[in-house]
Amino acid sequence: MTEKQALYKYLLRMGDDSLILGQRLSELCGHGPILEEDIALTNISLDLIGQATLLLEYAGESAPEKKTNDELAYLRIEKEYVNALLVEQPNGHFGDTIMRQFLFDAYRKPLLEQLLDSTDKRLAGIAEKALKETKYHLRHSSEWIIRLGDGTQESHQRIQNSLEALLRYAYELFFENEVDELLIAQGIIPAANSIFPIWEKTLHDVFEEATLLLPKNKWKFQGGREGRHSEHMGYLLAEMQYMQRTYPNMEW
Amino acid sequence: MVNESKIWEHLEDVFDPEVPVLSIVDLGIVRGVQVVKDHVSITITPTYSGCPAMHTIEKDIELKLKKEAISSYEIHTSIAPAWTTDWMSEIGKKKLKAYGIAPPQDEVDKSVLFADPLVVPCPKCNSSDTKLVSQFGSTACKAHYQCSTCKEPFDYFKCLR
Repeated sequence: MTEKQALYKYLLRMGDDSLILGQRLSELCGHGPILEEDIALTNISLDLIGQATLLLEYAGESAPEKKTNDELAYLRIEKEYVNALLVEQPNGHFGDTIMRQFLFDAYRKPLLEQLLDSTDKRLAGIAEKALKETKYHLRHSSEWIIRLGDGTQESHQRIQNSLEALLRYAYELFFENEVDELLIAQGIIPAANSIFPIWEKTLHDVFEEATLLLPKNKWKFQGGREGRHSEHMGYLLAEMQYMQRTYPNMEW
Repeated sequence: MVNESKIWEHLEDVFDPEVPVLSIVDLGIVRGVQVVKDHVSITITPTYSGCPAMHTIEKDIELKLKKEAISSYEIHTSIAPAWTTDWMSEIGKKKLKAYGIAPPQDEVDKSVLFADPLVVPCPKCNSSDTKLVSQFGSTACKAHYQCSTCKEPFDYFKCLR
């Protein structure tokens, strides 16, 4: 594998994480539990889709055969998406949505911080832009985890259940294979083991404040990074790709 | 004859579509203007990466240049270095306040989770007794506040660093 091929694959992962989570959150437009949250979740969705645009644009230029970001976003088949399973999980109730977001933000922020030092200047530039937004996202999701966890008995139990249900998908965010090895050696991306302890500490600090307990069960599900998705992915893609498949080459 | 300072003046007449009292120069999103033999090249940067106004802003710049009979131009978008609210001009901040949007305050890093809450004075009555309603407001760059003194809800242009 060449450096360029590895970079392409890595950019797809980051781009797909942003795109699919952005798509999930966009489903809540007009359906948020309260008006302010409706606006917040769709603002975050917009940030993520903006980040996906930058990442997939770069991926498309690094692809073996050049592709536009729209082609990458809308015209791949399910197996070709390499987002983590976590981000494609359904919105569920508000606690599920916020827990999914928190587990992701707590990983994305240290990743972007460390990408600022990437030897790839364009990727470092994207990270600088995205980091400013992600700081807001993490603060927002952390505050909700604390409010719900340390809230009523009902909210506590529900968000605890969300944690039990979603944590098993989060470890895949730290997936590594030969793509990462090559890019780490070139100083383009940080190693997962330099992000994982920061992620764990954020979880520990926020869950402590929220009176939530980390599940003892350490099941880990993975597959998304290798194109093996959960049953929810097909439905998500059907909706997301509808316009581009129905009106080929359409642009806004 | 076009020169760079003339182009900057023209750009002062191009307004942010979301905050129409601010020119794109006040907002600090014009990153560079170059004129080489009557060919104008302008670089702009988005406030947020998903900012939906970028396309409109580009079109508005084109319209303005055409109106000034400038036909040879190009507009680039650059994301690095990333835009921060520190690039907003002092005049811009005054215009924002007069328009009813609280300008960005000197904030600590967003990643500090348990910091003291930020005081954002009400742009209408200047009371410091205001409360945050939501970190996210009517556009990506604003948060939603309410004044506890005059009861008026207002937008706060978030500090982005």
